[in-house]
Formats: sequence, C-alpha cells, structure tokens
Amino acid sequence: MATLTVTRPPFGGFSFENSKRNAVLEGNASKMGFNLPPARKTGTTICGVVFKDGVVLGADTRATEGMVVADKNCSKIHYISPNIYCCGAGTAADTEMTTQIISSNLELHSLSTGRLPRVATANRMLKQMLFRYQGYIGAALVLGGVDCNGPHLYSIYPHGSTDKLPYVTMGSGSLAAMAVFEDRYKPDMEEEEAKQLVRDAIAAGIFNDLGSGSNIDLCVITKGKVDYIRPHDEANKKGVRTGDYKYKRGTTSVLSKVVTTLDLELVEESVQTMDTS
Amino acid sequence: MCRHERATQPEIQFYRTESRRNGITMNTRGLRSQLKDSVPVAGMCPQGAYGVQDSLRSGFTSVKNELLPSHPLELSEKNFQLNQDKMNFSTLRNIQGLHAPLKLQMEYRAARQIQRLPFLQSSHLALDTLRGSDEAIGFEDILNDPAHSEMMGEPHMMVEYKLGLL
Repeated sequence: MATLTVTRPPFGGFSFENSKRNAVLEGNASKMGFNLPPARKTGTTICGVVFKDGVVLGADTRATEGMVVADKNCSKIHYISPNIYCCGAGTAADTEMTTQIISSNLELHSLSTGRLPRVATANRMLKQMLFRYQGYIGAALVLGGVDCNGPHLYSIYPHGSTDKLPYVTMGSGSLAAMAVFEDRYKPDMEEEEAKQLVRDAIAAGIFNDLGSGSNIDLCVITKGKVDYIRPHDEANKKGVRTGDYKYKRGTTSVLSKVVTTLDLELVEESVQTMDTS
Repeated sequence: MCRHERATQPEIQFYRTESRRNGITMNTRGLRSQLKDSVPVAGMCPQGAYGVQDSLRSGFTSVKNELLPSHPLELSEKNFQLNQDKMNFSTLRNIQGLHAPLKLQMEYRAARQIQRLPFLQSSHLALDTLRGSDEAIGFEDILNDPAHSEMMGEPHMMVEYKLGLL
C-alpha cells in the first residue's frame, strides 16, 4: 500500500493507533499466564537540600527492570541549564526525555529573554507538561538550582503537582531518606555539612530499599559554580573473588624441555588509533 | 480537471462561485472547506454526506470502537491545540475586550492559508511565529514528525477534500 486515503494532513506527537491492540494483547497474555516485559524504572532514592549558598542534589545509581538490575551505574542527575539540575525517578525513558525537552525549551526561552533561566520557569514548564499527559508520563523529579533570586528546590510529581521546600526526597527509597533529613536537617547549613547529610540520606535509601543501590552521585550548585561529583561515594562495591581454580606454578614437576624457534619475517606494520573519546 | 494543473503557486486557488446578494459577492465554495478544519470527535458526527457513516472512506463502523477512545489521552491530545487557543482567546476577551481576539483570529486564519497543497509538507512558518511555537519544542516535533512519515496521502483525494468537492 503505497498511499492511503487521508482527509486530514498527518500531525506529529503521540500516536494512539496501537493502544487498543496492546490492551487486547496484554489481556491475552495474562490469560495465558505470562507477563509482558516491564518498562525500565529507576526504583530510586533521590533527594535535595537547600543550604546557605545553594542547593545539593543527590541520587543513587541503580536502574531496575522488574526484579533485575538493568544498569548498575546510571546517571540520574540530568542537566537542565548551567545553573539548574534535575534528578529523576520513575520510568527511566520518561525522565530522560522530559528533562531533555525542558532543557531545550529553557535554552530557547533564555536566548529569547537574554537572561539566565530561573528555577521557577523550569518548574512551571515541567508541571504544565506533566499535567497535560495526566500522569501517563511517569516522571517524578527533584528540581534544584540557583538563580538571581537565590537557591530554590522543587519536587514534581508525575501528575503535575509541585512543592517548593527546603528539603525533598522522591522515589522508592524516599521514606528512608526523608527519615534522615527529618532527624538532621538545619536551616543555613555549610556546604560540607549539607553534602554529608545528602550522602547519608541516599545511603539510607540504598541500604534499606531494594530498588536503590550502587553508588551515590552528588551535585552541588552554587551561584556561578556547579560541582557534579560522580561518584561521590561507592557504597556498594562489587566483591573481589576469594577463591581461584588456577593451580600454582610448580604443582607439576618439569621432566624435559624442547625449544623450537619459528622464523617469521615482518611484512607490513600499520598503526590504527583506537577511538577512546 | 485541467484547472488543477494550473495551480502552480503554493496557495490554493479556491473556485470562485460567487453569489451576489445586495451587490456583495461572497466566495461560498471556500467556506465549506474551512468548516472542515475543526477536528471532529470520533463517532459523534459521522463524516460523510447527509450525516451517515461513510463506509467507503472510513471503513466499517462499530459503536464500541467509536464511543470509547482507545486511550484516555487520545481525545484530549487531538483537541489540545484547539482548546488552548479557545482558552487563550476567552482570557484575552475578558481582559482586553472583544476586538483583541477577533483581530488575532483574523491573523491566524490568514496565516493558516499560507501553505502548499495538502499532500505536501508545508512549514507553517507564519502560523508558528504567531502562536509562539517557533520558540518551543514539544513531542509533536520529536515523535512522528510528518516530514518523515513513510506514507503519503493520495494527492487527488486530499485536494478534493480541501476544496470541498468530496
């Protein structure tokens, strides 16, 4: 079928043509007893805290696909603009595409206004987009940054509601991290103190929640400077093998030795540099 | 049919069926094609002549298929741009009076007419600039870009639909 009769010009965006078919397929599959593969989620611990001069964002680095770890070292702190970063929990693809789209829009907006973008702008764009899709885009975000009005921290839920708070946590390990924050948060902390607090909160999520694990990433945003520390702390190191099946040299005694040399001549030598970028 | 071949410019040449009434000539043929610009809700008003379903063009109909959209977001996404515009115009009317949205809508209508023939990809540059969507990137620019679609609409059918001959 080279052409089809359409009366309206095609438009871009989401196409819902296959949703009926998918619903039928899923129904049939569950009737027969097997499940369709789940989307890759970032069952996560992400958190953020406002300190004296700026904002510290922290995240773990495990991405899960159902009950299996899909990525042991994924990066959950996404760039939005030079002074704004965003941690993402929920479906991994959703958080990545959402933050990339908002980052592009914010860049165009700041080129058009000629000013450094504000965190409130990014927050408003994100919440309007997530509300438009009524929660079907599963992205729970922690947005933090420093702009002309000082440091700001927002938490954004998949259905589009937002909160502006001095400390926030999101993800499956959010309760563990929030417990640490509620115990030790003080307003106007120093930078080292804030980094230690976030590190401890993420560690609580990593050790007490199955969906979070591996390393701790930190992002410290102050006026004019961003410190993206990846990894800040390797909380879960992969173990070293203790046993070995190799035999020691000298286990078998040598009875006799015969050496035969191979005469090879060098025909051509060429060097190809590896692309290590 | 040879009238279509002479339309080499990007603008569509409307048939001039003029009706005179009190000395005012009105282009009646173009009106019907402009009515078709609004997005119909599936099932509510069956497309086709005389309000009956058009099995030749839109296939067999089933009430279950048409009453419930296949995805809860389908209807809201189809009409999203229209609803945004309606909301903005009504806000503008409440703040600045009736003339402001009327003038804007006139400009939109004029900008919407600057396009190639319906089966070709037009850039909609004037319309985008008016709407402000030349400075924004959304899912409609990334997913299912019509410029990269694998299938082309049938030229004759689309032009006939646009001119209201169908």
